[in-house]
Amino acid sequence: MAVTVSIPTILRTHTGGEKSVEASGKTVAQVIDDIESRHGGLKDRLVKDEKLHRFVNVYVNDEDVRFAGGLEAEVTDGDTVTILPAVAGGMR
Amino acid sequence: MGFVLRIRRDHVDAIVAHARRDHPDEACGVIAGPDDGSDTPERYIPMVNAARSPTFYEFDSGDLLKLYREMAANDETPVVIYHSHTATEAYPSRTDIAFASEPFAHYVLVSTREDDVADFRSYRIVEGEVTEESVQVVGEAGAESPAIRLNPDVTPVESYMFANTGSDDVPDA
Repeated sequence: MAVTVSIPTILRTHTGGEKSVEASGKTVAQVIDDIESRHGGLKDRLVKDEKLHRFVNVYVNDEDVRFAGGLEAEVTDGDTVTILPAVAGGMR
Repeated sequence: MGFVLRIRRDHVDAIVAHARRDHPDEACGVIAGPDDGSDTPERYIPMVNAARSPTFYEFDSGDLLKLYREMAANDETPVVIYHSHTATEAYPSRTDIAFASEPFAHYVLVSTREDDVADFRSYRIVEGEVTEESVQVVGEAGAESPAIRLNPDVTPVESYMFANTGSDDVPDA
């Protein structure tokens, strides 16, 4: 199972500067673990307490996985997983 | 030498007008520019504040994906990421700093807490560290331009009001 994972600028230090990497897995969690096995440090930036970090958005194709099972969201061969930092803030 | 944001007056006007329009909610958006290191904001893209809140802003997640795909297709980068504070000063909050994740972007903060003039300030935010930078507005204000106030501590008045007065104009002693 191969999926393409798009990596945002701020996390490319963990992928040797690559904008996207190939990975395998049946869920978003497995895909992240697979990348982590080759590019250490990425998982810490994405996952906290077994959940996706509030500061990042992860999409399978066009769908934000936060509304589709989170880390357990399914991925299939040929899917694109996109990681983007949330753009957010506020006065406090 | 400190950082500087060079930004067109029409972009400044558009950002402040957006902030006034959405007041008292926070307004947010991006100015994209070529991803070639030129650091030039060119394409103004107002975004919807999905939080619709006077104390928080967040790009809608679907809009965010669309924006980044568009920028990737155009070889663009978010040169400016702006939002407004509507009751407090134009300085990054703890939340702003925690979320900031574009180390090469100029984070522009506009405050609309005063009715007659908007504070307009810019920052680099890298790994939790905030550095204010000077703002150089390119082009003249038009009749419709809203009043803005830059931070004189980082933007010497000479540098933007008398931009043509360089050392060449100083007569020899």
